[in-house]
Amino acid sequence: MTLGEAVREALAEEMRRDSRVFICGEDIAEAGTVFKVLTGLVDEFGKERVLDTPISEAGFTGIAVGAAMTGMRPVVDIMFGDFSTLVMDQMVNQAAKVRYMSGGKCKVPMVMRATLGASRRSAAQHSQSLHAWFAHIPGLKVVLPSTPYDAKGLMKTAIRDDNPVVFFEDKMMYKLKGPVPAEDYTIPFGVADIKRVGTDITIIATSSMVQVALDAAKMLEEFDISAEVIDPRTVWPLDEKTLIESAKKTSRVIVVDEGYERYGVTAEIASVIAEGAFFSLEAPVKRIGAMHVPIPFSPPLEDATIPTERQVFGAAKALCG
Amino acid sequence: MATKLHIPHAPFRPGDKPDFSNIKLPKAGELRRPPTRIHANETRDLSFSMIRVLDGDHRAVGEWDPHLDAETLRQGLRHMLLNRVFDDRMYKMQRQGKISFYMRATGEEAVAVAQCMALRPGDMLFPSYRQQGLLIVRGIRLVDMMCQCLSNSRDNLQGRQLPVLYSFKDVNFFTLSGNLGTQFPQAVGWAMAAEYKGTSDVAVSWIGEGSSAEADFHYGLTFASVYRAPVVLNVVNNQWAISTYQNVAGGDQNPFAARAIGYGIPGLRVDGNDFLAVFAATSWAAERARQGAGPTLIELYTYRAAPHSTSDDPGRYRPLDEWQYWPLGDPIDRLKKHMIARGEWSEEQHAELEKELTDHVLASWKEAESYGTLNEGPWPPVSAMFEDVYKDVPPHLIKQKRELLE
Ligand SMILES: Cc1ncc(C[n+]2csc(CCOP(=O)(O)OP(=O)(O)O)c2C)c(N)n1
Repeated sequence: MTLGEAVREALAEEMRRDSRVFICGEDIAEAGTVFKVLTGLVDEFGKERVLDTPISEAGFTGIAVGAAMTGMRPVVDIMFGDFSTLVMDQMVNQAAKVRYMSGGKCKVPMVMRATLGASRRSAAQHSQSLHAWFAHIPGLKVVLPSTPYDAKGLMKTAIRDDNPVVFFEDKMMYKLKGPVPAEDYTIPFGVADIKRVGTDITIIATSSMVQVALDAAKMLEEFDISAEVIDPRTVWPLDEKTLIESAKKTSRVIVVDEGYERYGVTAEIASVIAEGAFFSLEAPVKRIGAMHVPIPFSPPLEDATIPTERQVFGAAKALCG
Repeated sequence: MATKLHIPHAPFRPGDKPDFSNIKLPKAGELRRPPTRIHANETRDLSFSMIRVLDGDHRAVGEWDPHLDAETLRQGLRHMLLNRVFDDRMYKMQRQGKISFYMRATGEEAVAVAQCMALRPGDMLFPSYRQQGLLIVRGIRLVDMMCQCLSNSRDNLQGRQLPVLYSFKDVNFFTLSGNLGTQFPQAVGWAMAAEYKGTSDVAVSWIGEGSSAEADFHYGLTFASVYRAPVVLNVVNNQWAISTYQNVAGGDQNPFAARAIGYGIPGLRVDGNDFLAVFAATSWAAERARQGAGPTLIELYTYRAAPHSTSDDPGRYRPLDEWQYWPLGDPIDRLKKHMIARGEWSEEQHAELEKELTDHVLASWKEAESYGTLNEGPWPPVSAMFEDVYKDVPPHLIKQKRELLE
């Protein structure tokens, strides 16, 4: 099953299980989203539960917050994560805080789905990875699946969560295939997954960077360097324990994330490692993220801005050297 | 889940036979052309009905006839036809993998072409991505547009922007945004600044009817109204926003032009496939802005005949032949017939023009490719990423650049 199909299946199963779940966003019904991830859902659930909205991200996110407060469980679809800039007031000042500000009287059980990631030749306004913005805010949980299995289990957890969850899917990973069991399962938030066991270096990676890290680990194998690859799966809540334990074991750490390094996910994780495993480290934690430029369209230019397995490999070799 | 909510449906879906007989079209020439200093409330008829000049016999009738001379008409026809031939060529090139993305303006060429011809060169354009006709009118060479789409060594944006998201400051064409709607308040800000600087230039912006749901549309109208900015704000109602019909943006309730009245701005609703009506309405609004009488909202009623973009598959959501049933026809065909009816044009001349423009587009493509192809280059150098912003490049970028070039 592909990652896109896993997301769709999770949504369909939750919609069958719970009539309060509905999806809203742009071009999601007949078009099934521009990435075709939701193809067919409108046929099963109708246009009321797969609701094509006016083109207003702030508008339909606000509607979702309101509907969530009255007991619905909306899933909001933000076509490109870049457009999440438009929903920040609803997400940051409303969804994240309503439960707290209402003295626990109102809750906002909603999921905001958005895409992230470059390499699709979509240029500066359709390629960004802005998940760190959300992870910065108390009250929001931030999920980044890297496999179809994780995508399905995490999506179910997100929908069943009584609080707002932001779920980022890498648009280049929709076709990624992997095994997904037929039976119902969920994956708890805040539990990292060790995607590859190793002893010499820990590579902590998110979303599409997990595959990059795994490919780098394979290259490192030829140089007798055994890399452990860990996917936190949720950057908030963050499974600090697993990350720190691995860092203590291997004593060298690289953090790879497609967002910008500055004040980003790699910065946060690096500081978690520095605080938790400082005295076990052989070298400073190395961060690898997108270059600090708007993402260009031109394929050779764009490719230069995004972390690659070669880059991770090179950094790991240098750290182990 | 049965509710009392109204969920808009597109009138026709794949497999249906379109029938637009429910669309009420006033007769050409029926509406009055009021003086430009007018209060919003006096534009009810103009915003709820539709300004049309070309009648069923291809004659120009009524007060809105701009009385254009034959040479202007020929130019308009030429620009629109070039727009279409260019679009079709680029679409084909995308299908062959020579460019990665393209958006055509098929069926709505009169919007950009007639409007731009009704403006002055100093007027600043804040378009959306479907007004490439503006660049054609303002004399940008096709080769330069093609190089941008190819992202080659001659790309004026150095490989930074998506194909068709042009930027040509030299001809007062603002940098296109991939995020919808942002141009609307920006145009108002530009117009306010123009007034502040004491120029007589006006700002003109375009937004799709779908994007009119974005807050920026409403910000634009609010600020234009409050400060009576010299701006012409256009909603291109081409019926479709990717897969959603204009009723998803609220178009079934009242016309988009009528929204202007609530903001205290005159609204004009125009047959967007009628070159003369589009020209006349735009001249009226631009004149009004230049006089300091304030903003105008124009709705251009048209139809998006092409897929949304080369990534779109309209077979999923509309009958593929829907355009054939569109009651306002094809803007190129309508202008052509008008010119023939006036004795200023012939089928032979038209065929000749089409051939000439096709050859021109082919030659331009050849030239553009000689500066580099998308797949084989030469491309803009990787170091171009670090240019055009800083006079003194800051250390973090110098470091990145060094690491990259190593
Ligand atoms: C802020 C934002 N939201 C969504 C999109 C995705 N998107 C691009 S074009 C489009 C449809 C716009 O339709 P309309 O405004 O009617 O213009 P048209 O394409 O018909 O010319 C959508 C939803 C975007 N680019 N930016």
